Amino acid sequence: MYIKKECVAMLLAGGQGSRLYALTKDMAKPAVPFGGKYRLIDFPLSNCTNSGIDTVGVLTQYQPLVLNDYIGNGQPWDLDKLHGGVHVLPPYQTAAGASWYEGTANAIYQNISFVERYHPEYVVVLGGDHIYKMDYSKMLDFHKANQADLTIAVLDVPLSEASRMGIMTCDEALRVVDFTEKPKEPKSTLASMGIYIFTWDKLKKYLIENENANTGSKDFGKDIIPAMLANGERLFAYTFEGYWKDVGTLDSLWDANMDLLSPSEPLDLYDKEWKIYSRHDNMPPQYIGASAEVENAMITEGSVINGKVDFSVIFSGVVIEEGAKVQYSIVMPGTVIKAGAVVEYAIVGEDCVVEQNAHIGRSPEEYHENRDEWGIAVVGHNVTVGEGKEVAPKQILSEDI
Amino acid sequence: MIRTNQNVLGLIFASIHDSAVMDLTKLRTMGSVLFGGRYRLIDFPLSNFVNSGISQVGVITKRNYGSLLDHVGSGREWDLARKNGGLHLLPPFSHTSSTIYSGRLDALGNVWSFVEHSNADYVVLTDCDIVTTIDYRPAVAQHIRSGADITAIYAKGFYDQATETSATIFGVGEDGFVNDVMVDPPMTGECNLSLDMYIMSKEFLRRIVKESMSRNRFSFRRDILLDRSANYRVFAYEHKGYYSRIDSLPSYFAANLALLDSKNRDALFTKTAPIYTKTKDNAPVRFGLESHIKNSLIADGCIIEGKVENCVLFRGVRIGKGTVVRDSIITQDTVIGERCSIRNVITDKNVRIADERQLTGSKGYPLFIGKGAQI
Repeated sequence: MYIKKECVAMLLAGGQGSRLYALTKDMAKPAVPFGGKYRLIDFPLSNCTNSGIDTVGVLTQYQPLVLNDYIGNGQPWDLDKLHGGVHVLPPYQTAAGASWYEGTANAIYQNISFVERYHPEYVVVLGGDHIYKMDYSKMLDFHKANQADLTIAVLDVPLSEASRMGIMTCDEALRVVDFTEKPKEPKSTLASMGIYIFTWDKLKKYLIENENANTGSKDFGKDIIPAMLANGERLFAYTFEGYWKDVGTLDSLWDANMDLLSPSEPLDLYDKEWKIYSRHDNMPPQYIGASAEVENAMITEGSVINGKVDFSVIFSGVVIEEGAKVQYSIVMPGTVIKAGAVVEYAIVGEDCVVEQNAHIGRSPEEYHENRDEWGIAVVGHNVTVGEGKEVAPKQILSEDI
Repeated sequence: MIRTNQNVLGLIFASIHDSAVMDLTKLRTMGSVLFGGRYRLIDFPLSNFVNSGISQVGVITKRNYGSLLDHVGSGREWDLARKNGGLHLLPPFSHTSSTIYSGRLDALGNVWSFVEHSNADYVVLTDCDIVTTIDYRPAVAQHIRSGADITAIYAKGFYDQATETSATIFGVGEDGFVNDVMVDPPMTGECNLSLDMYIMSKEFLRRIVKESMSRNRFSFRRDILLDRSANYRVFAYEHKGYYSRIDSLPSYFAANLALLDSKNRDALFTKTAPIYTKTKDNAPVRFGLESHIKNSLIADGCIIEGKVENCVLFRGVRIGKGTVVRDSIITQDTVIGERCSIRNVITDKNVRIADERQLTGSKGYPLFIGKGAQI
């Protein structure tokens, strides 16, 4: 017996995140560490809990081990429920054969029976790779007030960025009249945030039609939304104001972490009314040693800092030895930076060892004449950077050197 | 590597020693005294039991146990929300006398039906005043091997009659059995200090509890350990790991600051036997542009914009610009304003210190600021 739920969330977490290269070699993008003690998926999961949505399906496909482990029974997000809670939904085999999730719409299509168990009126469809805090219940109120079939959360972006995103054109009542993916000449600056609320009966109908039409893409942006628009369904844009960042690339992942250090704090992680929850190991508080110099940084439990840290985000259990220097960088859980090593403008993955006097990344000032050659240096997970070795800007290291 | 030790029951006395640190226990039990940045004292015995495979645990409380109930909840954070065994809170229901618990035996008599109904063959008793990481498995094995009535766990340490209170000291013979017991002896020097952890079979414990109740005796130390006429065979088991004993405000202060030494920290917080505690979902620590931190232990959720040296900061502490905090224990959610100067101070939870305040205690006796005080 399943208790009815008004609203169920479906979280698309199967993407490879190929533009994060070495960081997603062995883990799905939503499992990538972020902001000291989080992983990307903590943001949508915490938003669900804080918005009163207690039934979440997480659709996994690519390298799910770390993600499955991390979600577990959902307890850290208060999603270990008698009724509902978090469910990991991998692709499965049926009497008709086995198939992978072929697109975002197909992934939901294959889990229609999961959604139907709860007889919801509405389904929230979310991505697993965006950093933001959002009250979905307010968006649902907006959806209901408009008697909408689909509400799409949108962000007003600068015109220069609009041609990289899915752009909505709306009338005065915010009803969507046009939707174009990555338009060359944007007609508006309202960009889709990849957050949808569907009235379930409508979504189900379109999912089945899309599946039967066999377009090949089976995607929300390419198929479902255009089809609904063409049929004159009620599509509305819900404007979101606040911090939102797509962390699909190495540069944007680095930027989003650095945003946390901005004095204006666009994303307040200290708000007790809207906590971001995470699963964590039971580590003691961090220790900042007598020889340490720590300024403008975010550091978390289990870390031992004896070196210099400036403008950096340091995750749990990181060791930075005396004489090591970390600046403008992200150092993920369990990594050791040994004496004399320098890490600057870099992302260093989980459980790495940076041996003595190694040098990862360079400051952009050293590249002011050939700026195109400069970029963030990246070291993947479980990599050892040998004594005195260098990782150049823009280099992505996934094997020991 | 957690093995279930089905036949051992752990019992924690959360309220014994409350009087040792009155300032801290005015509003709570010894077990719920804040420690080490993110812990409460009961986290250590609870985690030690769990990491020793003891998954049925009773917590005996006396009064002021609101904060303790809130902290341990269902026991889930210690993996003790179990169908079989798990955590049981045992508040008093005084049926033997009009006063509540006067000693360990009295308390055990009160909760005896809980002990009786557990399927355990052995019982480990501990208090909350010792901060240590200990594996009880070899101690229980040794108890069974030795054929002793009681195994008392002790540690070699320095005893100073001037500062220690309510210390039990054992004389240990060559056969490993206790041959002398002293309470607060007039001496100073290296000795075998009791950690007030005892292992007994349920059968033996039942006998002494019943006998003591029939004679209106209630102190385990006075009526069992010090009573040489009974000829109980007490085996002494030495705990060689790092420990600190909290029996006064200065010792509480020192035990916290001892965690700034990496040797002590590594001994207490190991990878194989983590210390569990209630999760608060605090964000990482944010260090401001002009922050300056030396030799300090800092829990998550703090925002630090000033200067911090030789301190333990608990979860959610705020330290304003231009403020200098030295040699202090600043507990949970304390907010210190700008341009303050703080030294040798212990703040209890939720203390508010306005801008430009100067607070100084002495090294030997820190200044204590009570819960929720506004300065």
